[in-house]
Amino acid sequence: MGMAAAEAQFHVLAVDDSLIDRKLIERLLKTSSYQVTTVDSGSKALEFLGWHDNDMCTKQELISPKINQESSNLRNIPVVIMSSENVPSRINRCLEEGAEEFFLKPVRLADVNKLKPHMMKAKGKNVQKNEEHSPNSEEEEAEIEVEINLESPSQAQPQASQTNSNSKRKSVEEGRLSPDRTRPRYNANGLTVMSS
Amino acid sequence: MEVDQLQRSFRDYTNALFREFGQLQLLQDESNPDFVVEVVSLFFEDSERLLNDLTTALDQQNVDFKKIDAHVHQLKGSSSSIGAQRVRNACTDFRSFCEVQNVEGCLKCLQNVKQEYLLVKAKLEALLRLEQQILAAGGTVPMLDYIA
Repeated sequence: MGMAAAEAQFHVLAVDDSLIDRKLIERLLKTSSYQVTTVDSGSKALEFLGWHDNDMCTKQELISPKINQESSNLRNIPVVIMSSENVPSRINRCLEEGAEEFFLKPVRLADVNKLKPHMMKAKGKNVQKNEEHSPNSEEEEAEIEVEINLESPSQAQPQASQTNSNSKRKSVEEGRLSPDRTRPRYNANGLTVMSS
Repeated sequence: MEVDQLQRSFRDYTNALFREFGQLQLLQDESNPDFVVEVVSLFFEDSERLLNDLTTALDQQNVDFKKIDAHVHQLKGSSSSIGAQRVRNACTDFRSFCEVQNVEGCLKCLQNVKQEYLLVKAKLEALLRLEQQILAAGGTVPMLDYIA
């Protein structure tokens, strides 16, 4: 398997509060040769991505986000959402907000196969930026995709004007804004977020 | 109910269960030889915990419908993942009673869900037992091959 360049392994971060679904998605992803990390909540996902509570601004504070160069890398983290419910309005909202795909649960191998193009695309976007940093760390080359379960009760606030399906994406975006933010461990080289 | 409607239901329910079971089998291999058993066991544990929590929650003076809905939602999700369609459908009904905060309705639904859960549990346990017997007799477990 002699490839000249370091083979970046695609990494998926799966966020789901259901233990069974975490187990299933982990198996599906590993079967497809992805590296997998599972977490059971949105806050843990953000922690994993390098944000800490004290760094994150609350939604109220951020009205017109400014994007800086560093955080723009994270913008390339592909986000995929999954849900056991087929609610078109919610799904469309997520897609409009920037989610790449929606998977209806139970997720299948065929669905998982759809991840790669998004990760490749994101990787392409980041190649140029990476050349500006030191591209040798394995982490920076790791492609990461995050899968988020749309309906974690922790996100469930149906009365809120911002729906939970958006809050995950928004909080990811909002989290990128402070220039003092702890540099995320993963350089979002095709970090894909799969959220349920 | 018309016979053919019932027959259709029968086919739908069994198809759902076997389709998911078949999917689980696909994910099992030499490196994960107990995957199916693990997932099914998880489903049992998880469901029983949720059913207990639901029973307790409905027994309170002030019923927390939000919490109940969250539990039911979880159960709905996991039963869906395992192909327990009847449990899932029972959960859907349950949630509509939660929405209107109807305790009576919720209690009836909980009964329903419990019943459906016990039925599917029996089916899954029978399947797993058969698997063990096949393996013990030196055979290989047939892969379920339902076309959805």
